[in-house]
Amino acid sequence: MASVVYFLDNRGRPLLHRDYKWDIPSTAVEKFPILLLEKSSNGDAVGSLEDGSTVPVLNSDGVHYIYLMHKNLYILALTREDTNAFAILCYLDSLVRVLEGYLKSLEEESIRDNFSIIYELLDEMMDYGVPQITDQKILKEYITQESFTLKTMFRPSGSKKKPGSTTVFKERMAPSAVTNAISWRSSGIVHKKNEAYLDVVESIDMLINPKNQILSSEIHGEIKLRSTLSGMPELVLGLNEKFMNSCINAVKGLPPIDNTKKSIEVEDVKFHQCVRLGKFESEKMISFIPPDGECNLFSYRVHSSTLKPMFLIDYKVRNHSNTRLEIMVKVRANFKSRISARKLEIRVPVPRDVDSPKYHYNKGSLKYLPNESVILWKFHKIDGAKEYVMIAELLLPSVADELELNKFRKIPLNLKFEMQGFVTSGLQVKYLKIREPKMNYQSYPYVRYITKSGDHYEVRVK
Amino acid sequence: MGAGHLERKLRRMFKIPVKGENSEFRSGLVSQYSDERKDTIQRVIAAMTVGKDVSSLFPDILKNIATHDLEQKKLVYLYLMNYAKTNPELCILATNTFVQDAEDPNPLVRALAIRTMGCIRVNEMVDYLAIPLKRTLEDDNPYVRKTAAICVVKMFALNTKLCVEQGFLDTLLSMLNDSNQMVVANAISALLEISKMGGSQLLNIDSRIMKKLLITLNECTEWGRISILTAMENFDTSDVTEVDHIIEKVTPQLQHENPAVVLSSIKVILKQMDKVSNDQRERLLRRLASPLCSLLSNPPEIQYVALRNIRIILEKYPHILSNDLQAFFVKYNDPLYLKLEKIDILVRLANAGNAALLLAELREYAMEVDIELVNRVVNVIGQLAIKITEISKKAVDVLYELYLNRSSYVLEQLVIVIQNILRRYPKKYLPTVITIIADLNFDDLSNTESLASYIWIIGQYSKEIPHLEDKLEIMALQFKELEPLVQAAALTAIVKINLTKSTPKTRQFLQKILNEATTEIENADIRDKAYIYWRILSTDDEELQKSIVLKRLPVLESTIDTFSPLLLKQLISEISNLGSVYYKPAVTFIKPKAENEALVNNATLQSKKLEELQQMAKSEIVNNAVKAETLLDFDDSEENQDSAAPVDTPMGSIGIGATTGAANILDELSDLFSGMTTQPQPGTTSSAIASTSTSTSPSPAAGSTSNLFELINQQKHKTITGSSTTHDDLLNLF
Repeated sequence: MASVVYFLDNRGRPLLHRDYKWDIPSTAVEKFPILLLEKSSNGDAVGSLEDGSTVPVLNSDGVHYIYLMHKNLYILALTREDTNAFAILCYLDSLVRVLEGYLKSLEEESIRDNFSIIYELLDEMMDYGVPQITDQKILKEYITQESFTLKTMFRPSGSKKKPGSTTVFKERMAPSAVTNAISWRSSGIVHKKNEAYLDVVESIDMLINPKNQILSSEIHGEIKLRSTLSGMPELVLGLNEKFMNSCINAVKGLPPIDNTKKSIEVEDVKFHQCVRLGKFESEKMISFIPPDGECNLFSYRVHSSTLKPMFLIDYKVRNHSNTRLEIMVKVRANFKSRISARKLEIRVPVPRDVDSPKYHYNKGSLKYLPNESVILWKFHKIDGAKEYVMIAELLLPSVADELELNKFRKIPLNLKFEMQGFVTSGLQVKYLKIREPKMNYQSYPYVRYITKSGDHYEVRVK
Repeated sequence: MGAGHLERKLRRMFKIPVKGENSEFRSGLVSQYSDERKDTIQRVIAAMTVGKDVSSLFPDILKNIATHDLEQKKLVYLYLMNYAKTNPELCILATNTFVQDAEDPNPLVRALAIRTMGCIRVNEMVDYLAIPLKRTLEDDNPYVRKTAAICVVKMFALNTKLCVEQGFLDTLLSMLNDSNQMVVANAISALLEISKMGGSQLLNIDSRIMKKLLITLNECTEWGRISILTAMENFDTSDVTEVDHIIEKVTPQLQHENPAVVLSSIKVILKQMDKVSNDQRERLLRRLASPLCSLLSNPPEIQYVALRNIRIILEKYPHILSNDLQAFFVKYNDPLYLKLEKIDILVRLANAGNAALLLAELREYAMEVDIELVNRVVNVIGQLAIKITEISKKAVDVLYELYLNRSSYVLEQLVIVIQNILRRYPKKYLPTVITIIADLNFDDLSNTESLASYIWIIGQYSKEIPHLEDKLEIMALQFKELEPLVQAAALTAIVKINLTKSTPKTRQFLQKILNEATTEIENADIRDKAYIYWRILSTDDEELQKSIVLKRLPVLESTIDTFSPLLLKQLISEISNLGSVYYKPAVTFIKPKAENEALVNNATLQSKKLEELQQMAKSEIVNNAVKAETLLDFDDSEENQDSAAPVDTPMGSIGIGATTGAANILDELSDLFSGMTTQPQPGTTSSAIASTSTSTSPSPAAGSTSNLFELINQQKHKTITGSSTTHDDLLNLF
């Protein structure tokens, strides 16, 4: 697979690397920034490095460059042979996530400050180019350094381990979990309180046109499990039948059961590796031994034909002879009055470098964010069926160029919000059975439902 | 330790040059306090990380190797790996510690020792590696065994002979029966890697091993699953129950959260797809749809590779995603390369049912600021109009609207698209689009392809063009400076115009162009083409001239690029690998490992690879030629196709020589091999012969020439036997 993995800064200069096969000279990486420019998909137009317009798989002189961008960093793998490029990219993605977990934030500074733990992880996560262990929880059991343990070591709430308990002893031993059939959980975990929390979270991505019609929508759902359970508990999760059947259909590639408009169509289902995939299909059962702490048990995608926009947006902009802009945004909460949404944030794009914005509004708070070129309209809470208006007056920079004035109107409004107590797909958790064969303790699960916006809940304005 | 730390920080803050850093390190490394030693080692590694040369510290670092501090040990090992090559003789001193560590009671230390030993690429070390490696391969602890399995690959790379002699490869094979899944998975990864290095298939999967793999698949880590799925690709069976079993065990993996597991599973399933009943295939394809779409809920880089693969799968199974158009809609903050890929997929998913939705979406994208994107969108709208008749009117309206609003962005591309639309719907949208062309002048365009299209349209629809003579005049004046592609188009156009709408002025342009083309142009194809036209025009039979030059072109069915069947088959077998991203088979970009010293004794294997490459090239050309047989009648092309067909079995069937008759033609055509990428180069006469076979992309200038050939065929003259003799024959005809 990969011969060497590099971390590069935003100009393509190496920050740290780990060579696995030593079959690629170091001159190869020096070529990377040049390649990025050369093969930029802008064609002959001169692209800049930062705009990320170069495809993530490149080759030159028999060396293949496979990279992904994370914040301002390039994470790059090189190889000479024909290999599974997709798996390498996925590995790099896992690598980023593990390092984020260890360092809180993966950036130039944190790489420089934590090189020794990064080397250790690189050594453990990949051997001679073959990915080994990328499960953060397992890695944290035997790759630790005090310097970061104190700050970021994850502790599930409610399980404050006494000093000198099992973990300390384990630090220097390979956890059995590394090579167990159950690679995500060590044996011998003890918690004082045995609890399990389920969060059903659905993120809605929507693209809405100026007439408030939905152009495309997607619901990404997730069931997150946060558990502090002792021993090796066997869990079975029960969902409402309608949803479960729809899942099974999706998995088996069967057409939806009833074609009435009201039906919910689950399109894709993904499980955490702890879920027994075979059993799900054959016995319609979601059974598993969970990892300790938090995990994304189950994720799914739902297509709903009955979905309506959560907020109706009315947008108008008036340009006063290229010196002054007036933007009016009206928002209406398009749901029943007894429901309310929290943390609504509306990002209204504006041209770059506008000056002294003035606002008129009847709820929430307004703020101009110059580095994003947006006006942020924030609500703490908004009740259903309510309607609010804001008008922003902006002075344009004296050298406003025509292109810029057109460009900002092409960027859609972005909305963020959160609603509790229900999910749009109709998923319901019926039960979560917890059984630990040896310890036989009692434990009761807690369930929460949250509907929120995805990264792309957007309204086009023109 | 704290003080040293502070000092370093202060130094950095005030940018005080560190005097004799290495000597400072050296004294730190031999300090009597272990804390200080460890701190110094860390600083040395830090210096190494930023690219400073600290190799001179090798002996001092080595003194710190015997330690119980695991963290320190790792750092020292890391240093050794990086600098072993600079001090090979000193490495001997470390072997003792390594061998000892490989027997440490702590499995982590044992694994670390064996892992690191394999990374010290010094002959002295390799000799000592065999014994601890043998021991750790049989270790009680699976963590150690799985590490040792990978170490066999390292040893194979360092000293192939020793590795084979010591029987490590057999040990690996026996590890397939290990009780621990991760060991099995790593043994498989190791065998796959070694097979790749050695160029021969070590892992012969039979039904028994396959069963074992299918069981292990469900139990091991995500990366182990990928290795196992990769190994499964090599398994071939025709037993229906076995096929069912594989599909049954692999399909649950489609729900795995790691996208690479999903794509590898899809690959294994696709491989079995031809062996199942039609019913089951339909069901399976439906099942693959949503996992494919879900590959798009990942970072853009992963999405990109996923899309490239989806494009390949779509070509094999065009209907697989017909209900998922919206999943491929562009998000405004997608990187440009991703937007372009998505748009390319979108048009392939278009059908009569969703075309309107797609067109509306494309219209939005056309309003973006990025020129490249907008041009691609224009192109795709054209493709859509040609593919789906029902939407063509609306699509043409959108194109016209774009012309009115954004002509500075889209003009060049628009002209090309208009040409294609006219070739698909010769009359239907003429009034709308001709107004665009009528407004244009020769100087408005600069892109070669756009110019050629523009000239073709003028030639074809000369009656609809106002101020025709002015336009032709500029063309005639600049004729010599034009690109060959444009010249070819200009030649055809001026001849056509003289047969349909001849005026004294156009005759004058014709004379000038023919003169220049036959006397002053270097390009042989243009010259020949001009000669042919000249001879045709010299005959008195105007009807014959018209029937040759003005023959109607076949209607364009599609302008969407496609792979040749052979390439497609190869790409399907390379899904998720590099080849699937480049759209080229691996043999075209992976060099045979001539530089790998370890494999020098495998010289025969390398020549095999080369032969295979040639084979591949030949068969591709033969394939193209076979399809072109209406134009070029090779006597023995049939046999050649048969003999060259089994190229897809990677290592097998060496030495199938193409018969000599075809080989000559192959050599002649071999430069066309580059044409197997998806972009053919229309224009010149000879490539026109090939491009009509590989792609449906338009080349009207060439098209009219091939019409000529067809006509001649119809007139029952003898068949043309080779491109080099073509023109002589032709000239004789007249």
